[in-house]
Amino acid sequence: MTKNAPPRPAVGLSPRQLTAIKSVVFVLALLPFARIAWLIVNQVPVEPVEFVTHGTGDWALYLLCATLAITPLRRFTGWNWLIRLRRMLGLYTFFYALMHFLTFLWADHNFDVGAMWKDVLKRPFITVGFIAFVLLLPLAATSTNAMIKRLGRRWAQLHRLIYLIAPLAILHYWWMKAGKHNFEQPIIWGTVVAVLLGLRAYWSWSRARSLTSSRPMGS
Amino acid sequence: MLIKRNPNGIDLPFPSEITPREVYEGRRKFIARIAATAAVGSSLWELANREAFAQTTPAQKLAAARNAAFSTTEKQTSFEDATHYNNYYEFGTDKSDPAQNAHTLHTRPWTVQIDGEVKKPLTLDIDRLVKLAPLEERIYRLRCVEGWSMVIPWVGYSLASLIKQVEPTGNAKYVEFTTLADKRQMPGVGSRVLEWPYVEGLRMDEAMHPLTLLTVGMYGQVLPNQNGAPVRVIVPWKYGFKSAKSLVRIRFVKDQPRTAWNTVAPEEYGFYSNVNPNVDHPRWSQATERRIGEGGFFAPKRKTLMFNGYDQVASLYSGMDLKKYF
Repeated sequence: MTKNAPPRPAVGLSPRQLTAIKSVVFVLALLPFARIAWLIVNQVPVEPVEFVTHGTGDWALYLLCATLAITPLRRFTGWNWLIRLRRMLGLYTFFYALMHFLTFLWADHNFDVGAMWKDVLKRPFITVGFIAFVLLLPLAATSTNAMIKRLGRRWAQLHRLIYLIAPLAILHYWWMKAGKHNFEQPIIWGTVVAVLLGLRAYWSWSRARSLTSSRPMGS
Repeated sequence: MLIKRNPNGIDLPFPSEITPREVYEGRRKFIARIAATAAVGSSLWELANREAFAQTTPAQKLAAARNAAFSTTEKQTSFEDATHYNNYYEFGTDKSDPAQNAHTLHTRPWTVQIDGEVKKPLTLDIDRLVKLAPLEERIYRLRCVEGWSMVIPWVGYSLASLIKQVEPTGNAKYVEFTTLADKRQMPGVGSRVLEWPYVEGLRMDEAMHPLTLLTVGMYGQVLPNQNGAPVRVIVPWKYGFKSAKSLVRIRFVKDQPRTAWNTVAPEEYGFYSNVNPNVDHPRWSQATERRIGEGGFFAPKRKTLMFNGYDQVASLYSGMDLKKYF
């Protein structure tokens, strides 16, 4: 951490323990990408483009869910150090989404941006996936300590975009799978996202209620 | 072990300690039985393994002369890819599921019911069906609606040969193909992805076209289970899902059949589903395709050909708006 780093919450773990945990998570989150790359280099998948497209898309979604799970997990367990993993998981979400997008741009459109754009406008499932990806860009760009400090309160407001990105990602997955009428996975992950976002809605609702009801008591 | 001395002082066992002859011999029999059981068990084990791996090891050969006029000279897809990258939802929705799960399908005994608007309905045993007409090998392009393609040497004969035997009546406008739907043999049946059984259909003139192949083998051998054993249809100018697998019934009907994919997603899968680069699937373009086994991740896509390159069928659709009847 640099000298200019903003103050971070007390976490109850020694710096060494935290570094160890972060290293493990860093390697674990990189493993799916390493596996995809290794299999492609060795020409194992029968349909490599489909394999990479699905693999990167799936992991972008899994890591998005992991990122959104940090706050609820922290509240339920009291393990405050979990918050120190959130930025890395968020950046990995962006990394897999970027790989997913690049596969689409490269393998499907051979870097022909015009053709890609036509595809984005023509097909609703790609439209929503593309919007979700574009919305991730400012979040990834403002994830440095300096930006967090510079944006202050607006940083937190900006990063609430994730509450829009997650449903868009599910919609993208849902509409893609609708092509083969196969909703098993979208239902599972849609439920996960609904629970993770629902918890936040519930907390903010109960907080608002306790504020209004406690006011007459003078506290 | 403690051996008691008897009163004579001689080290002999008491009579009561001597194992009776029957028991002694019984033990021998028992050991023999264990040995036999082990032998049977291991051969059962081998048999089970053979069944499990039947689809990856060379199967029963099926001799057939190549029909060069109906065959492409393009490079064939490897047997490995053609048998491990399959859409066969009765065995699961992943491409690798059929190869893993289809060993539970029993293809003998197997009968195919051929009925409906025909003068001579038939119920044929698979072994008789295979011998109904001389087998030919035909190397066809296979274009999946998902945007990938293969080149596969099929073994079979023109469906027309079978159709002529049952003498369709004037009411027979369409042919309906029904795939087996047996939960005990097919773990995917019961999933809500499709309505079961899987039904496909062709217009009568499409079914009678010499390219339409009643197929019982591929790569010079009996069809592997995951590829639609023991008998399927292959319609090379249409997207792959039109070519129904593991047929139990071929019915001649007056009205257009309610086909599986067309029923669950009519906007995406038309009844005709001819390969057509000019009509996109709502979710992707059909103008190009990826040829399986051709150069990996960085290989450029191929241009998809009208009717998958089988121009000889164009006359079947003259005057039809193929954007409307997609």
